[in-house]
Amino acid sequence: MKTFFTELFKKANTGFWPIVIVLGILIVGSIGVYQSPRSLSAFLTLMLCPMMLYFLKINMKVKIFIGLLLIIVILPVLGIRNIFYLEVIFQMAVFAALALGLNIVIGMAGLLDLGYVAFYAVGAYAWAIFGSKQLSLLNSVPGAAPAGAEFSLAPTYFWLFLFLGVGLAAITGILLGLPVLRLRGDYLAIVTLGFGEVIRVLALNLDKPINLTNGPQGITPIQRPPLPPEFIMGPIRNLLTPIVGHVPTEAEFYNVFFYFLALIIIMIAILVATRLEDSRIGRAWTAIREDETAAIAMGIPLVKMKLAAFAAGASFAGGMGVLYAANRTFVSPETFSFLQSIGVLTMVILGGLGSIPGVIFGASAVVILNIQVLQNFSLYLSALRQSDAVIPIINFEWKNLSNQLDPAKYQKLVFGIILVVMMIFRPSGLIPAERRKRELVEDKE
Amino acid sequence: MKQFTSNPFYKFILFPVGQIVAFAVGASLVLSLLTVLLAYIFRANITDFDLVERVLLILPQVVINGLTIGFVYSTIALGYTMVYGVLEFINFSHSEIFMVGGIVGVELMAYFDHTGALQTMNQYVVIALAIILGMIISGSLAVTVERIAYKPLRGAPRLVPLISAIGMSFFLQDAVRLILSLTTGEFNVILPQFGTFDKFLVLAVPGIEAPLRFQIKNLLLVGVAVLMLVGLNYLVNGTKIGKAIRAVAQDRPSASLMGINVNMIISVTFLIGGALGGAAGVLFALKATKLDPFVGFFPGLKAFTAAVLGGIGNLTGALLGGLILGLLESFSASYLSTFTSGAFGAEYKDIFAFAILILVLILRPSGLLGQTVGQKA
Repeated sequence: MKTFFTELFKKANTGFWPIVIVLGILIVGSIGVYQSPRSLSAFLTLMLCPMMLYFLKINMKVKIFIGLLLIIVILPVLGIRNIFYLEVIFQMAVFAALALGLNIVIGMAGLLDLGYVAFYAVGAYAWAIFGSKQLSLLNSVPGAAPAGAEFSLAPTYFWLFLFLGVGLAAITGILLGLPVLRLRGDYLAIVTLGFGEVIRVLALNLDKPINLTNGPQGITPIQRPPLPPEFIMGPIRNLLTPIVGHVPTEAEFYNVFFYFLALIIIMIAILVATRLEDSRIGRAWTAIREDETAAIAMGIPLVKMKLAAFAAGASFAGGMGVLYAANRTFVSPETFSFLQSIGVLTMVILGGLGSIPGVIFGASAVVILNIQVLQNFSLYLSALRQSDAVIPIINFEWKNLSNQLDPAKYQKLVFGIILVVMMIFRPSGLIPAERRKRELVEDKE
Repeated sequence: MKQFTSNPFYKFILFPVGQIVAFAVGASLVLSLLTVLLAYIFRANITDFDLVERVLLILPQVVINGLTIGFVYSTIALGYTMVYGVLEFINFSHSEIFMVGGIVGVELMAYFDHTGALQTMNQYVVIALAIILGMIISGSLAVTVERIAYKPLRGAPRLVPLISAIGMSFFLQDAVRLILSLTTGEFNVILPQFGTFDKFLVLAVPGIEAPLRFQIKNLLLVGVAVLMLVGLNYLVNGTKIGKAIRAVAQDRPSASLMGINVNMIISVTFLIGGALGGAAGVLFALKATKLDPFVGFFPGLKAFTAAVLGGIGNLTGALLGGLILGLLESFSASYLSTFTSGAFGAEYKDIFAFAILILVLILRPSGLLGQTVGQKA
């Protein structure tokens, strides 16, 4: 079976076949999504396109052209027709950036960080506190906002905070790293887990003595950066109106805007991650991951390098946190729970520790699974529950199924199964890193 | 003297019980003295009321609460520390084993309540049955988890079984939720009301104004926990299996050469640790009265902290660490708002536990009673 697929893949990967396959998928997917914006299979077909583009042998220039066509033209247009897809892709981008950051810490430097969303929270709360009315509410009780409170900063400060969030998260990473990086791997995991919980508890309870985080209610509204001025927006609106069938609203434009913003950030993240991987620092991280003692003997400054890994990983999360706060216009402590940290860990493990295309794939797969496949399954089950259908052999009526059973709420189950199964059967992930692949082969001998 | 110390009665009953009492009294005394000292120092800052007086007023109750929760933590911590001693890895799913024990115990009592037997049966028999069932289920679950998720990974890099354990923990949480919500439609389980456990024993001590009040279930909880600890001490130090466990913990290849079935011993270790966790779960349920599938997370994390605090891999250390952590939690929950005039309250007690963990790991990574040789990298 396996050889059959490898043969098939080899055959499809020669001559003009790759370009035919990619274009075919692209056209079928685009038309599918355009015609029936709610169909899951059409969307998945379209998402297959970037994957094929990555795996198949095509001229680099053609690859880039098709990729740009997909990203810049097709997805935004389709996204305005069904805004939900832009949301899915935005989440994919956010989580891919988080997974890339965590990949630096775990995959490259070998430090297991179980409290990674804490850095995400630092970025999100940085913009949430300064970009909302919160600063003028410091002395009031949560929920009882006095009238006439004003935003403390202009929305354009968002761009400054995008950088501040990166820096702030990096500093937090260093501050946390300084005392704990001497610890061995498994202790470090528990300490970072504790740190993640500490940040969450702080966000939950710092509504007194001064109301900094507004407690469990979270902060809202948070300002968004202004859209480009009218002389740019006007022509785009005119151009899009006939294609999508209605005049795009400001909310839809904001979705496209955040989509592009997330894309730019993820591009930068990918660039930084690839450049880091092959740099002097990246090789030092690999050395530390493989054997600390030997790394010290080779003259690698251990603590400095570990701190660099922590700071680099954290900064990715910090930047995405700022973006997330502005996109949602709302942050609350529950967004930054332990479940989220494990979710990001699952993405990294599923895709492949240390493998950059792997973790991006992992993030996309888990996001689609979470907010599309499980949701659809939930809808399907609830439809069954309302029908008169019966499970044949055991004669069980779907109506009697407990309505507590909602697959969309069982993320933990899914994450748990993915983690255990991956660790037992494929610890190097679905798209393993080149170096790791070689190591694992050597290990077996 | 030699003859006296090798006397089994001394070795397996008098010494461990004495140790437990000494730890409990010592830790309580030290923390109480520290708190009173702090109260004297900050007395001048607070003008609304007399700080020292207020601290002393609730001190006995705080100590009792701390010791009860401390014994629960100790019992869970033993599960972590035993597995760590043998396999050198953090059994992250132990907190879920603990949770399963508690839920099974409560479900049994709820079943008795349903059939109407609960009010007629002897209350202590009910508790004993719940604990035994909890121990059996949790113990076998721990062994199963080890077989499925950890055994194939022996010899892999350190992080691999740890990640598998985290996955198992998540899986178990939601699997229990799934089973509960499919069978009962509700994933919170509530302890039925029965017996006289919620009543208070009032003890008037001359010289103290407020009489000491013990809840019967707190006494029961401490009693059962002490029984477990003494039993474990006998098992590990007095039997052949215990000797084998210690041998495997010390040097696995050599133990295997001596004819010890290492896989069997590892399973036994998980069985014992899981059973202790299950018992702790039932005891915890008596105190908490309401459980859900996610209840294990914080007690589990704190018990792990306790194990590290005492020196991981060290059984006595886990006991001491659990007691200290329980007391600290109780003190911080009760006094934090008194000392800061309400600015910070009991909600910061969890942060306290982590702060302690980080401090211990920085200042003395081998724990209070751990030996530095225990840190095989």
